[in-house]
Amino acid sequence: MKTLLKNGKVISPIKKVNEILDIYIEDGIIREIGKNLIKENTVVYDLSGKIIAPGFIDMHVHLREPGYEYKETIETGSLAARRGGFTAICCMPNTNPVIDNEDTIRFIQHKSANLLNDVFVIAAVTKSNEGKELAPLLELNNAGAIAFSDDAMPISSAEIQRRVMEYLKMFDGLFIQHCEDQNLTKGGVMNESIVSTSLGFSPMPPIAEEIFVIRGIILSEYLNARYHVAHVSTKGSVEMIREAKRKGIKVSAEATPHHFTLTDEAVRSFDTNTKMNPPLRTEEDVEAIKQGLKDGTIDAIATDHAPHAIHEKDVEYAYAPFGIVGLETAVGLTYSVLVDGGYLSLEEMINKFSTNPRKLLKLPEIRIEVNEKANLTILDVNKEWVVDKYKLNSKSKNTPFHGFKLKCKPYGVINNGMVEIFE
Amino acid sequence: MPLKSRHLLGLENVPEEDINLILDTAVSFKEVLQRPIKKVPTLQGKTIVNLFFESSTRTRVSFELAARRLSADVTSFQASTSSVNKGETLLDTARNIEAMKVDMVVMRHSAVGAPHFLSRMIKSNVINAGDGTHEHPTQALLDMYTIKEKLGKINGLKVCIVGDISHSRVAMSNIYGLKTMGAEVYVCGPATLIPRHIEKLGVKVFHNIDEVIPEVDVLNILRIQLERQSVGLFPSIREYRTYFGINSERLKRAKKDILIMHPGPINRGVELDADVADGNNSVILDQVENGVAIRMAILYLLGATE
Repeated sequence: MKTLLKNGKVISPIKKVNEILDIYIEDGIIREIGKNLIKENTVVYDLSGKIIAPGFIDMHVHLREPGYEYKETIETGSLAARRGGFTAICCMPNTNPVIDNEDTIRFIQHKSANLLNDVFVIAAVTKSNEGKELAPLLELNNAGAIAFSDDAMPISSAEIQRRVMEYLKMFDGLFIQHCEDQNLTKGGVMNESIVSTSLGFSPMPPIAEEIFVIRGIILSEYLNARYHVAHVSTKGSVEMIREAKRKGIKVSAEATPHHFTLTDEAVRSFDTNTKMNPPLRTEEDVEAIKQGLKDGTIDAIATDHAPHAIHEKDVEYAYAPFGIVGLETAVGLTYSVLVDGGYLSLEEMINKFSTNPRKLLKLPEIRIEVNEKANLTILDVNKEWVVDKYKLNSKSKNTPFHGFKLKCKPYGVINNGMVEIFE
Repeated sequence: MPLKSRHLLGLENVPEEDINLILDTAVSFKEVLQRPIKKVPTLQGKTIVNLFFESSTRTRVSFELAARRLSADVTSFQASTSSVNKGETLLDTARNIEAMKVDMVVMRHSAVGAPHFLSRMIKSNVINAGDGTHEHPTQALLDMYTIKEKLGKINGLKVCIVGDISHSRVAMSNIYGLKTMGAEVYVCGPATLIPRHIEKLGVKVFHNIDEVIPEVDVLNILRIQLERQSVGLFPSIREYRTYFGINSERLKRAKKDILIMHPGPINRGVELDADVADGNNSVILDQVENGVAIRMAILYLLGATE
């Protein structure tokens, strides 16, 4: 298959490229880069006004398959990812069965083998995600697990966490933690703040996250092991991670678009699409996350895409499950809030979505160069659009951003020898 | 002059003129309740459903009486006798109510925001009879009515709510209503039973009841839920009674005409001693009586917003 991308602005922060170029791709490999390329028998896309960036990766996605296919499948989640501008996603292990065994990894790999987007598996760190016994981490690593996490089921025991991190260190595996002391959040549905007090909701205090963050940092320093904080949501967490990085501790972090866009004031609507874990926090926390992204404390932007069926969310607030879909709104929110808001340059945004998470996951750098694999995300950065939950490609529609006016829309993705251009 | 809202979901955003309208309207309904025939034809032909997803006797009976005395057709159900136990969702319940063409729904539910959810789903007027630990607006309105009836005003009075503020919808609705009406609101209880950030609502927080008693015009005493002890929120009933229980000894230092209020049911000898509950300063039964008048006023005013 032959493809010619004409007049796109190529931005590759790694190679410090930022200019309008034509790219000629044959069988998934970049064969020529230059000005005014002309090719015969080739599909040509005019990308005037568009940005061509190294392919984006979302390192925090719940694909729900196996086990919860009524919420999402590998196929529908992958489609949503591509439409959201991602050429790769990492799926979290809280499926049924839990991804704590080689077979389940093989199943996901098999199901995603022929897709444009890569699906990388994040495996559980303990058997059945119970936080009690170690999962076969060496075997999972050999089967292709790209990272290891206790997402949604934080390990309560510091001893077990120590052993997990120690064991992963044998092969420098990345431990991704959902930071939440569940003793402090028991029964809670939203952030502890004036809003929870006003509404009488059982609170989830920010310190429940921070106590875990500091515990993880202490273990990381003690063991000299890598530690990645998933979906950072509080000012205190950002400050502790910043300080730990300053000391040279091997800590990294990601933040979600909803945590830098919305505050817990949104909960006053009683819309269950404002219910997620970690919960929406205060204005002060939102600002701290933006600053953390800006100064590099927070390495990556990830969505925590958490699909739930309509009947699960259309209930009393306390009974609704935590989580929102995020794959298809992440790029627009990030551009609108952080790039237009003056916190990140476009290059920095590309780093948060591509360069940095790939580095954390030890994936090869994406070089937009001749003889390299074409793994590209194309963005229409000036496109203004309105989020319409009914038009989401995800099987689930649980987004709090319905009706939001955003700038920057994914325009196409290229990877694994396949090309998808939207519209 | 109608109310600003079709529903009564809480007092947080109800303006002063609406509260005054409800309180003033209740005065004439209280007069009706003194007549030998306590019934007026105001809501004839209207259908009211009491949906109680949480057990309640007094609030449900109070709403039922209010509806009947306005000549409305009223039916009630408790969750235990309904299809809720068979796994029907609130959304389906709402659709069924809608199909049955009900004019007003009075709802009690253990989940915060459940009546708000319902009000978005159906065309009927929705009245919150208590949603979890959020609001119980009719209780606060009858409390304010009682205060105004006994002390002639609300503005400028000092009202202290005593006990488990964290888990009390009565406390929250009273705070919102009393602040709107210009009262000074204190809360007093163990630190573990007072939610963080509550001072941002403009209330003063105390942990020493003896410091508060001489100052205030009203003590509104909340029922202490015994199960809070087992989850570590207070050490023992004995310790609670010793440091926060209201008794005649403590009240010796109170203003002569202090009002003793309680939303019921009372744990006699725990948060409130029996002699005080039944004493001269107690207006607890007046609260119950006024509850019917207040609920008649609300049903009448919401029924008139069509």
